[in-house]
Amino acid sequence: MITKEATEVTPVPVRVPGAPDRRPTRHRRAWDEAPRWQIYLPLGIYLVFTLVPFYWILLFALRPAGSTSLVPWPMTFEHFEKVWNERDFAVYFQNSVITGVATLLLTTGVALAGGYALARFDFRIKRGFMLALLCTQFVPGALLLVPLFQIFAELKMINSLGSVIIAETVFQLPLSMILISGFIRNVPYSLEEAAWVDGCNRLTAFRIVVLPLLRPGLIAVGSFAFVHAWNHFLFALMFLSDQTKQTIPVGLNTLMSADSVDLGALAAGGIIAAVPVVIVFAFIQKWLITGFSAGAVKG
Amino acid sequence: MAQAAAVAKPPAPPRRRRASATPRRLPYLLIAPAALLMLGFIAYPVISVFYYSLQNYNPTKPWRNGFAGFDNFVHAFTDDPQFWDTLTFSAKWVFVEVGLQLLFGLALALIVNQTFVGRSLGRALVFSPWAVSGVLTSAIWVLLYNSQTGITRYLADAGIGEYGTSWLSDTSTVFPAAIVADLWRGVPFFAILILADLQSVSKDLYEAAEVDGASRIKQFWHITLPHLKDAIVLSTLLRAVWEFNNVDLLYTLTGGGPAGETTTLPLYIANTSVDAHNFGYASALTTVAFVILLFCSMVYLRLSKFGGGDK
Repeated sequence: MITKEATEVTPVPVRVPGAPDRRPTRHRRAWDEAPRWQIYLPLGIYLVFTLVPFYWILLFALRPAGSTSLVPWPMTFEHFEKVWNERDFAVYFQNSVITGVATLLLTTGVALAGGYALARFDFRIKRGFMLALLCTQFVPGALLLVPLFQIFAELKMINSLGSVIIAETVFQLPLSMILISGFIRNVPYSLEEAAWVDGCNRLTAFRIVVLPLLRPGLIAVGSFAFVHAWNHFLFALMFLSDQTKQTIPVGLNTLMSADSVDLGALAAGGIIAAVPVVIVFAFIQKWLITGFSAGAVKG
Repeated sequence: MAQAAAVAKPPAPPRRRRASATPRRLPYLLIAPAALLMLGFIAYPVISVFYYSLQNYNPTKPWRNGFAGFDNFVHAFTDDPQFWDTLTFSAKWVFVEVGLQLLFGLALALIVNQTFVGRSLGRALVFSPWAVSGVLTSAIWVLLYNSQTGITRYLADAGIGEYGTSWLSDTSTVFPAAIVADLWRGVPFFAILILADLQSVSKDLYEAAEVDGASRIKQFWHITLPHLKDAIVLSTLLRAVWEFNNVDLLYTLTGGGPAGETTTLPLYIANTSVDAHNFGYASALTTVAFVILLFCSMVYLRLSKFGGGDK
């Protein structure tokens, strides 16, 4: 556990007569050891850019209507109460949770199966299927609204959260599957084969050997699916006409497009929309980075 | 019965069968759910868009509906100035937005990849806008740009600019204002993807470069950048497509205004289909957008020799 830092603070060399000259030549400086100010200065500037908007929305949410103070004091929660009770955000919140969690589970499950097939088998339509997955990335989801609406109308799913869950899942699937198959490819096949030799069948071998190693990747993919379903609003806007079925982004959009925008309510609604995602995100942050870095698995 | 079958077909040695492993049907079964969902909810809608692009289809004017051949396309290319305007704006939007995102995202990833005190908190904070994308970004920036109580008011108090201006309703400021709002959540996306890939660069490479006396700039140029190439190519492409297709931000932030100044092609298409009910024409425009995206992506992947190096 000797870090570079430790080697760098070697004490001032004392010249011992006869000893070889140990004057530190040019220090070994790996790329990850820039001078401190080169880290903190740009990071600080960027942090201001990141945080000012957050502070701004907090300010509007917490100070009384009509106040122009730059400090949210005296603090009030009237905007939150109003948005939660009068503007139905309690209902939206529940709907968003259902949509987000269902999309997460469905996407991860289906993508896991497909991703395994793509990673471990060679089959005839594989190349074509991969190409189709890539092509879906060029399909503008927003522009398929009308045909999708017709399909869901045909299936009698308009006004049920199921339509939004399916639509969100479908548009998350291709990328999730590509990512998951990448993660599976990183798990040495020999591990699985060893488990077969020990008498496991394919499913058990997968569950015991592969799945634990996939955890960072699955968390990353699942959180992506959740965050997308939570944030996206066009599908909910189009497929759910009933007020009590709406999700939070649609609620926010309603607040924004109202004739006289109630800035306090908008800010409070925005914070309600942000909080769960930010919590999830802070929690999975570590997994997210490892999840996307290919070398997560030690062979 | 069972016995007869057993006699007719001597059982294959089970161990060998399992070792040779690949049951022929298994991969198909595994991709079936994904394939069915995508066939039903992406492929079919896409095909129906192609179909409608050749039709006059407007639910509010049923008497004019019917086969139209390439009329919709001809109309778009010959006498619809709005099509060209929105297409140019889309190109400008994607180019500027993705370019800046890549630049800042790469810089940010390189910074937070270093070891420093408070790194995980710093990462969590600078990446957080990624989580609150979509309508919420618009909501936040609508508050910031508000003409009465937004940031301009406080700037005016400090003697910079004047009271009552809104950067979102002035044609000279709306573009940079929207760009900045979108950068706020776009840069973290790039930074996350690039950071993920940065972590897999072997430290040995840098140490070897040190020994050879390579400067940090050189190390970046010859080790880091080549390693990141595929990640950069892929994330740039995905982001460009996403920025092109996305209507959420501009729809809720500017509504495409002022005076159509920030209307992208997809926004124009959405207006044509949802507001004007001109679904045939909107489908034709969608088809054009799709072809343009596909063409540009192919050219881009070819030029960047994606995935050429490894494996």
